[in-house]
This record gives sequence, C-alpha cells and structure tokens, in this order.
Amino acid sequence: MRTTRVVSGALLAALAVLGAAPAAGADETPSPSPSAGESAAPTEAGTSFRTATAVKSGQLATAGASTGDYLYWVFPADAGQDATVRAKVALPESAQRHGAQTWQLDVYDGLRRKQACTYGSSTATAPKEATSVSLACHLRTVRSWAEQSSNDPLPGSYFVRLTVTSLADDDLGLPVKAEVQPAVVDAGGSKAVDGALTAPLVPGATTVQDDAKGEPRQISVQASPEGGWASGTWSSRWLWTAGGAVLAALAGVAGYAMTRGSGRPARVPQGY
Amino acid sequence: MITRKRLAAGACGALLAALAAGLLPSPALADDGDSAEGAPKESPKVELVLDVSGSMRARDIDGQSRMAAAKQAFNEVLDATPEEVRLGIRTLGANYAGEDKKKGCEDTRQLYPVGKLDRTEAKTAVATLAPTGFTPVGPALLGAAKDLEGGNATRRIVLITDGEDTCGPLDPCVVAREIAAKGTHLVIDTLGLVPNAKIRQQLTCIAEATGGTYTAVQHKEQLSKRVKQLVDRAADPVVNPVATKGGASCQAAPKLTAGLYTDRAKFGEHRWYQVQVKPGQELRAAVSIGADRAVNNDYGILVRAFTLSGREIVRGQESGDGRTDVISSGLRYPKSDVDAEKGQEPPAETVCLQVSSSFSAPPSVKTEPGMPVELALDLVDSPKKAADVASFGLGHGWWLLGVLVLVGLLAGLVFGWLSRWRVAVWRTN
Repeated sequence: MRTTRVVSGALLAALAVLGAAPAAGADETPSPSPSAGESAAPTEAGTSFRTATAVKSGQLATAGASTGDYLYWVFPADAGQDATVRAKVALPESAQRHGAQTWQLDVYDGLRRKQACTYGSSTATAPKEATSVSLACHLRTVRSWAEQSSNDPLPGSYFVRLTVTSLADDDLGLPVKAEVQPAVVDAGGSKAVDGALTAPLVPGATTVQDDAKGEPRQISVQASPEGGWASGTWSSRWLWTAGGAVLAALAGVAGYAMTRGSGRPARVPQGY
Repeated sequence: MITRKRLAAGACGALLAALAAGLLPSPALADDGDSAEGAPKESPKVELVLDVSGSMRARDIDGQSRMAAAKQAFNEVLDATPEEVRLGIRTLGANYAGEDKKKGCEDTRQLYPVGKLDRTEAKTAVATLAPTGFTPVGPALLGAAKDLEGGNATRRIVLITDGEDTCGPLDPCVVAREIAAKGTHLVIDTLGLVPNAKIRQQLTCIAEATGGTYTAVQHKEQLSKRVKQLVDRAADPVVNPVATKGGASCQAAPKLTAGLYTDRAKFGEHRWYQVQVKPGQELRAAVSIGADRAVNNDYGILVRAFTLSGREIVRGQESGDGRTDVISSGLRYPKSDVDAEKGQEPPAETVCLQVSSSFSAPPSVKTEPGMPVELALDLVDSPKKAADVASFGLGHGWWLLGVLVLVGLLAGLVFGWLSRWRVAVWRTN
C-alpha cells in the first residue's frame, strides 16, 4: 500500500514539473523589458546600414522623414526567437498627393542578406485618399546554426529598411511620419536546433577597434539583447527529455510492482 | 523492499534537480558590455548652402517671402546646432545684381567659415542677405566641398534652393557625383522651396548621387525642422569605411583584413578582393552596391568566394526591382580546424571574393565614376557544427513521453516477471 502511495506521489510531482516545462517553452507574450520604456524609444531613423538606429524589441521607434527617404533601424534577435516587425507610415495630406504610393518593409540580417517574410504584408499600396499605410513582416525562427550555403536567419543584428518603392514623381520629398516596432518572442523548445555560432552576426563586432583614438563603433554593436546573447545551449528540450526519463523510470518501477501483486504471494506458506 | 523503492524515487528526483541546475541558461557569449560610442576623432563639419537668387523674393511660403522663411529657419537652426558641429554658411547668387550671365554664374561666396560656431556672428551675417542674382548651384557645391576639405570628419552639405541651375555647362548633378567619387564621405541633402518638376529632378539627382535626401518644403516649420534634423544627423558618430580598389582578377586583388571598405565598380565590372582565412576561423562578408544614379528597373548582386584555384566555395545573391538605394548580399565561410604539427601554425587559406552586380542604365546615364561598393568583412572563430537536427539530440513532445513511459512500463514488467520466475525457481529448488 505504502509503495503505491510513494510511486503515485512521485509520478504526480514529475507530471507537475513536466506541465511547467512546455508552458515555459511556449511563452508567446512579447518581452518588452520594463527598463526600455517609451521614453528611450528612438525618434530618428538612420539612412544606411552603417547609420541604422538601434531599437529594442517592443519599442516603438518613430521618425519624421521625407517621402523617398530610405529609413533604417537595427534590432537584435537571438537563437530560438521569432521576430515580427510592424511599421506604419502616416502619409502626407491626400490633397497634396498625386497618386497611389507603394511602401515596402525589408528585413536584412547581419550580413545584409534579405530575409524572407513568412507572413505579413511587407509591401502595400496606399490609394490616393489613404491617410496611412501599415506593413508587417514575420521572420522565420532564428536558428542557432545553419549551413554556410543557406541564408537561414541566425542570431545577430537585423536591419529594417522602410521606403516608398513606387510613387508619382511629384510626391517625392513630401513630409511623412514613420513608426516601426520590432517584437521578438521565444519560439519554444520545439524549434531548438543543434550547433552554435561563436559570435552573433553583428557587423563590426570583431573589427579591431582603437578605442583610445575615439573611433566610433558601428551602431549595430550597440543593438544587443538585454542580458547579452544566449549561448543557445538551453532549451525546454532538456526538461522534456529529463522528465521523460523520470516517467520512464517510474513506469518501470510501477511495472515491476504490478508483477508482485498486492499482499503476500499466495504460495508462501504460513509462518514465514 | 519499500525502503529500496523510496530510495530509487529519491535518486530520480535528485537527478532531475541536478540536471535542471546544471543546464540553466548560461549568459552571454559575446557581449563585452562596453559598446562605448566614442566621440568621432574629429568633430563633424556641415555647410549650409543657401540660394539668395532674385526669385527668393517670391512670397509663397506661409504668406512670407522665401528669403524670410529661410532666414527664420536659419536662426532656429543656428540656435539648435549641437556644440561639436563645425558649421559654415555659403551663399549663391547673393552679390552680383547685374544681367551678365557669365558673371552671375560665378557668384558664390562663403558667408561664414566652417569652424566653431559663433551664433551671434553667424546670425548677423545671415540677416544681411537680400535676394539678388542667379542660381549657380554647381559652382556653389564645388565651393562648399572645398570649404569642407581636410581631415577625416563627417561632412555634410545642406543645399536650400528655389530654382534650378540654368548656368550650364556645369551640371550640378555631375558635380555632386564627382564630389562623392572623391571618397571623402560627403553627403549632400537638398531642400527645394518650389514644387517644380525640373527643380525636383535636379535636386533628387544631387541627393541620390551622394546618398543624401531630398525634401520638398511647403511650410516654414517644416524647413527649420528638417534642416535641424540634418545638422543633428551630421553629429551622429559613424564609422567611415576605408577606400580600397578591387582587382580585375583574384591575383591582382588587394589583401584585406576585417574591416569596412569602400570601392567603386562600373556597370558590368567584376571586383576581386583577397582575404586570409586561418583554419578554425569563419569569414563573414557583407557587400552592398549603391544605386547612385538612374538605373533600369531590374537589378541584382552576386558575391562569391573562390579558392585560389578557382573553385567556388559559397555565394550570396540578391535581386530586386523598383526604387532602391542599395542592393546587398553577404556570405559566410567557416573553415574547419585542422590538427597542426607541433609548434607549427597551420597555413591560412587565401579566399578570393568576387563582387558583381547586374545594374544597368539607360544610355543617357554616365557610367563614370563607378557605383559605390561597400564591403564589410569580419573574421570570427568557426561555429560549433550541428551534430544532430535537434539541440544536443534531445527529445521534445508528448510522443517522446508516451514512448518512454510505455517502454519503461514494459521493461518493469519484464524485470518483475523475470525476478518472480527466478524466485519461484529458487524456492522449488
């Protein structure tokens, strides 16, 4: 009797651990850190890969610009994360415009390779009477390692470029307001792959820098995740596997106990 | 028996706890914390180039004359200029009031020299301006570029004009491209005060050629806000690339190390660069080619890494269409580590990088100088290759648990029966 109680108690405890594991892994809420408040959000955008403005996950970066400007931001994404970039452009008054405008949101990785959007409209055409245009791009899950010949997303900087790609020539140079918000969430242990980069794809991170001379660093280096880059060794797969091992052991014990039956064996004579 | 079972369960729990403790996320592999944004070595230089031609008298900006709006904007900008910026002012068409086009087209003058800003002095100088002559944009840009010469500071020209350059034969757009090709990292931003197709074309062409921006000004506040923004932009610290010249073949290519480089490539031209990659290192190359002039609608870029013997190792490519500032791609080449003999450094491999683009342009567009190429090279340690699809070959999901529990149960039953059978055999004997 006591045996069964111990076994079932341990089983319940193991299940409780396991129940917590997938919940932690599949945490879908965006993680805008409390310290990175709205006040710190950038209000200017860069104009090239080199001058891209660093923005953190969850921050709403805004910028005033002229139609036709190429606006650049950069944000960090780590292994096992899903990144979604949303952008909204407040267009000039429709009375001033001469036709429809097509806006485009491009996301590039740290090697300036264009990244595919798995969903979200990264290109949108605003008719003449529209007041704003919204764009979105959801990236593939960032992997901790990839073949050299693939351009799978890897941990590192991600550049966002926002621009108008086709418009009536007369509309060039009119003022617009743009806002961009990257959101990075954990993709969960099911997306955890093997292998690891020794350094994230952050341009200029390894360039020999003479700080004594006061040479500026590339801005992308400033865009690192809060708490630093993860090494990619932790995933909820550890919990699943360890939990499975415990359950298997308990099941083994239970199976063993079953063959014993309850109470004393029938064939054991009285007096033993 | 009971005690033994309890012990077994306890051991399992301890094992789990140990696993969990040992495998908690370990922090940071590359964050050294000091992403110090050191001030640039030299303070940035900005020159505001203001059109003071006769047409600036027109009263069409918020009911004020263009000149008054520009003056007011200048006053606000001078007040808000960051301390470290060295600011100068140049005028065009401010002095010669006559009718002689030749003389009028040479009329450009430095109103306030580039240097530490004395706000009162600069404002007084601006206040004296009155709309006068022609619009020699080309000579003014040349003059401004000269004013900003010297040192390796960030340079920016902000051109404010209400008319196109009718002086000829010096096309201001060609002037701008030549200034950009000098490799002095000079950016020209343009602001047009009149919504006119010809002015817009000329000003966008100037901006495009140098990586600058064009703004169509309609209101006073917009003008001062934009100029302030552009001057602030000049103050942002930025890494300037080192100029290099790629070879026509791998053998003739320059040897590069990690860093940021710039080059010029003409249409249809291949550019080669050499990089030494040691075993156990990973080469990372990112390349972008700027569309600094009118180009045809479809374009692409191809970056390839070759061995010295001409075998292609890896490539990066991208293509696109429509308006663009750059087209970019990149590649990674991790070189696996080799066991070197004692005391001997394994030899580095020479990797040849080839950069080409499929930009083309209508015949009217000049092909000289070439389009700007930017090359970012990084060398890091080779990555740890994946030995399995899953992280550390670990399992995940309910199927895994089901299989483990089922197999565990079966194994328990088998062992139980085996031991019962053994006990029974022992007893009978």
